[in-house]
Amino acid sequence: MSRKPYLRKMPKSWWLAQRRYTSYMAREMSCVFIGAYSVLIVLGLYRLSQGRAEYGAFLDALQSPPSLVFHAAALVFALIHTVSWFSLAPKAMPLQIGEKKLSGGPVVLAHYAVWVVVSAGVLLVARI
Amino acid sequence: MAKSNKPIVWSLFAGGGMLSAFVTPVLIFITGLAVPLGLMSLDSLSYDRMLVLAQNPIAKIVLFAVIFLPLWHAAHRLLTTLHDLGLPKGRIAMTLCYGAAALGSIAAAVVLLRI
Amino acid sequence: MTEPTLQVEILRYRPETDQDPAFQTYTVPYRDDWVVLDALNHIKDNIDRTLSYRWSCHMAVCGSCGMMINGEPKLSCHAFLRDYYPNKIRVEPLNNFPIERDLVTVTDDFMEKLESVKPYVIPKQERAVDEGPHLQTPAQLNTFKQYTMCINCLLCYAACPQYGLTPDFVGPAALALAHRYNLDTRDAGREQRQEIAASNEGVWDCTFVGECSQVCPKSVDPAAAIQQTKIASTIDWYKALLNPWGKR
Ligand code: SF4
Ligand code: FES
Repeated sequence: MSRKPYLRKMPKSWWLAQRRYTSYMAREMSCVFIGAYSVLIVLGLYRLSQGRAEYGAFLDALQSPPSLVFHAAALVFALIHTVSWFSLAPKAMPLQIGEKKLSGGPVVLAHYAVWVVVSAGVLLVARI
Repeated sequence: MAKSNKPIVWSLFAGGGMLSAFVTPVLIFITGLAVPLGLMSLDSLSYDRMLVLAQNPIAKIVLFAVIFLPLWHAAHRLLTTLHDLGLPKGRIAMTLCYGAAALGSIAAAVVLLRI
Repeated sequence: MTEPTLQVEILRYRPETDQDPAFQTYTVPYRDDWVVLDALNHIKDNIDRTLSYRWSCHMAVCGSCGMMINGEPKLSCHAFLRDYYPNKIRVEPLNNFPIERDLVTVTDDFMEKLESVKPYVIPKQERAVDEGPHLQTPAQLNTFKQYTMCINCLLCYAACPQYGLTPDFVGPAALALAHRYNLDTRDAGREQRQEIAASNEGVWDCTFVGECSQVCPKSVDPAAAIQQTKIASTIDWYKALLNPWGKR
């Protein structure tokens, strides 16, 4: 009997087919905002290097509605990145004491703890 | 013997992902929302303060890391995501993504050195 | 009282007559202790003898009955009708593999990949029988035990969009098994396996979607194995860079 295997094409919209794929895509999309934010810091530093007036204009631009909308969206995606990154961290570093494999919970918690400390530190420095 | 050169980009991706997981949210919050909306004083980002910061050699290195690593992280992830969305993996997409990250990193270095 | 029934929609493909696969719906009796495989067996025995599918153990051990059930890769001997009743159940062959006939897929690609990662202990030196067994402590065993649980059911390949997008990707189960033998204290074959696992088609095609680990019926967690292999391979790469005269 002759064979005729049939290969189904993966649809381009595969990431919409299932909720977990869609949240994966949201996580991946965070890169757009994280990359854009890096570029924005470079721009701010460039304006800073140009002088007081130019930097002032940059600060004013940060107050414009489009900038606020961008940053609000960027914050949401940055948080998606943070949460997903921390939740996957235990997979990269399996812990075992003697015969017992440890659960990933403490590793994730440790990441959150460091995150809180770092964020509080940055906020504190910014306010002084 | 290297079986692949992927470890270079992957280590930048992973390092950048780690760094931005820890610092990007709070930075976006301060510079993009809290200060512009007046939740934090404008002094936080004032010209004089930022100039002092950007002229400090240690701060320059930190600033460069905070720009450079997340940028490479983003470029690598963008490349894989474009592939996920159906763009063929190819030299063009690779050159554009990594090239943009390289340009951004050079721009950051030049600006930081000149301040 | 009439017996409750359930509709099962099955993707059929008969290569000698069909141009494309198409769905065919069957009505089967509903029993709350039945799994999807029971429904398929009922169809085959009582309704349509032409239906083809693979199964053997009916107890989540042999790994041959993997199918897409309502879009999710599952062992059909492990998917209870009661979790879907009274809704229709849609059964398709595993995603990302060519369909041989009905629910039977062509898995040669995986078999080749599995072989390529040398999934067996490669000792540094052959041990003579009178040297006795190679001892291993429970702690040493536990570093890799979860990866030994793999039953080659290929649910992870069906769940992996990167395998779907890049068929050359070695893929979750094979990479998890490579990692399993690399971690084994009796083994010295890592260098050989790295030729495949750390190549461009190895771990680097993985974007950590994580679905392989979600769908794995044996909690193998291939995503973790791949992630750990990426890290170890990266460390190798930097070591080789810093010490080009080192071994290899
Ligand atoms: S890793 Fe899990 S899902 Fe993949 S083939 Fe093995 S048992 Fe099946
Ligand atoms: S029939 Fe053996 S795993 Fe389902």
